[in-house]
Amino acid sequence: MTDTKKTGGLRRREFLATGAAAVGLGITGFPAILRAQPAAVKLGLIHPVSGFIAFSGTQCREGALMAIADINAAGGIKSLGGAQIEAMLADSQGKPEIGAAEVTKMVEAGADGIVAGYSSAISLATSQEAAKTNTPHIVDVGVSDQIVERGLKNTFRFSPGYGKTAQFAVDNLDTINKAAGSPAKTAMIIHEESLFGTGTAELLQKRLPEKGIKVVDVIKHANPTRDFTNIVLQIKSKKPDLIIPANYYNEYVLLARTMRQQRVEAMGIYSVLGGAASSYQFVKEFPEAADLIMDCNHWFNPKSDVAQQRKAAAEAKGLIYTYEVFLAYNAVLAYADALERAGTTDKEAVNAALAASTLDMSYMPYGPTKMVDGQNEGAQPVNTQVQNGVIEVIFPEEFASAETVFPMKS
Amino acid sequence: MPDLAIIVPSVLNGLTTGALYALVALGLTLIYGVLHIINFAHGALLMVGLYAVYFLHSSFGIDPYVSLLIVPPAMFALGYALQRGIIGRASHGRDENILLVTLGLSIVIENLALFVFRSDTRSVDTPYSFEVVEILGAFLPLPKVIAFAGALVTAALLWLLMSRTDLGRAIRALAKERKGAKLVGIDVDHVFAMSFGLGIACLGVAACLLLPSYYVTPQVGHGFVLIAFTIVVLGGMGSFVGALVGGLIIGVVEALGGLFLGESLGQIGIFLIFILVLVFRPTGLLGHKV
Repeated sequence: MTDTKKTGGLRRREFLATGAAAVGLGITGFPAILRAQPAAVKLGLIHPVSGFIAFSGTQCREGALMAIADINAAGGIKSLGGAQIEAMLADSQGKPEIGAAEVTKMVEAGADGIVAGYSSAISLATSQEAAKTNTPHIVDVGVSDQIVERGLKNTFRFSPGYGKTAQFAVDNLDTINKAAGSPAKTAMIIHEESLFGTGTAELLQKRLPEKGIKVVDVIKHANPTRDFTNIVLQIKSKKPDLIIPANYYNEYVLLARTMRQQRVEAMGIYSVLGGAASSYQFVKEFPEAADLIMDCNHWFNPKSDVAQQRKAAAEAKGLIYTYEVFLAYNAVLAYADALERAGTTDKEAVNAALAASTLDMSYMPYGPTKMVDGQNEGAQPVNTQVQNGVIEVIFPEEFASAETVFPMKS
Repeated sequence: MPDLAIIVPSVLNGLTTGALYALVALGLTLIYGVLHIINFAHGALLMVGLYAVYFLHSSFGIDPYVSLLIVPPAMFALGYALQRGIIGRASHGRDENILLVTLGLSIVIENLALFVFRSDTRSVDTPYSFEVVEILGAFLPLPKVIAFAGALVTAALLWLLMSRTDLGRAIRALAKERKGAKLVGIDVDHVFAMSFGLGIACLGVAACLLLPSYYVTPQVGHGFVLIAFTIVVLGGMGSFVGALVGGLIIGVVEALGGLFLGESLGQIGIFLIFILVLVFRPTGLLGHKV
């Protein structure tokens, strides 16, 4: 009891001392707290989270939100006094006109920048709309080269377009084919009907013959296509050495399943921008159907620790680590980097900073970031192949985790 | 010009795909054709059925065909409850209200699915997913052959139910003369809900037979609903045999259209038929004048 009384007296003194210190700290500290809460930067994220490409749109949104959370957790934009990034979310429903309308709404609501729009057609519309107010717009995934060929000063893309991807796909296919003694002489292209599939198919059709591979047929299909038997029957009758699909995931699943049911035998299935060899989900659900399929697609650098950490973080959230997730993540990082260098949210200044971006993207299989007319010239796709249930990078060699297996059927 | 080696398998495959469409249309023809309810939630409810089959398979290892014992009865109960609890109450018996209520329901169901399941594409891998049956030199996927048989059996069962049971008679009486049916003591609300439940149970059957060869996403129903409406109009509203024949015709037209006009343009044939039927035979192939 006596102890308590003694210490009770001490406590009173302690209390007074602590109180005084607290008041003192409060007086000096108060303005500091005010300084630590600068206005948040509003970043509009417009993706097709409903409609026929909802899966990809949702993946993009999740990737972008992860990047925002990481940037904010690391102290926000330091040159803006630690400003936090605040996401504004919108659904383009897979329709370009709705995407454009969402840009208008967001700019009116004070958006400082836009990250959109997953599909090429939507990205064209959203960036065009954002250009009217000079709002910085980063295209996360859209692969059409028209996106960066219109001379818009507000539009940037850090991932490769389909021109580069198709060139890369053809060159690497040629290398793979020649290394095996050039067994593949014919190919058939199966593509979806929107800008991405059609544009990719046109480029491939032009460039494959230059490498001595004859394109025997090109088949376009709608989204959604409920049944691929017809297409597969035509593949069977034409007997191409290579089958080259360029379509979205749902259609790819049905196409791959039907090819297996109809016992299609080819030397290789080589997808361009989409396919089993860049889909963990497909490999998990249909390991046998996916084996030895090759893709030319967006991918992360498997040798980068940062990339592996981000993959683990996404998987811990229950996400499948698809290219949508990391490309949208990168787009937000690029915007934050530009803000950091600009030191302001002024649209002109941020656009200038984006145009001069030299962001270190070694977590991607890219060369140094070099912006030319809004396009990162350092960006490139990679070749992947499913080998024993694992997605391996097979090209370029500096990022490769396995040797190519081709042809897949002897 | 494709050769015969492609045309025969293509037609056979069109028939099996058409049977799947017919399964979706059977429920619709019961609800839309007999009760004159335009059920906009049909696609969304098909999606619910597909998710049920998917989760029974992935969580409890229940084969989609064994789910035929579970999902259709559950869907029947869901349909009964929806009609009694929501559609019937909110629509006050007016057709335009029903249209809006079912449209609203479809939006709510789809967005709930989007929220709960996210928009991931899910499919099941069964031991027979890649099995094929060889008929006339064509490889027909086993799940589709089973679905074809399933559609025939379901249509026959529905026909029996409608023509041989008291419930069937009550449903037909209600379709022809609502007031008269009420006067002779038919519990209108109950029979309405039973019919709606049966229609939704058909979707349950369709879901069990469809998933082994297809996939499920929250938007999956969209691809089937428009086709199902076309089949109902083509076959004749309320005719189960009509729905079956209509489904098979649409399946074959789609397959051949894709072959001759290209996959993108091939769908044109379906809607051309739709317009032609409306112009020259508005009652459908096997429908009767009301």
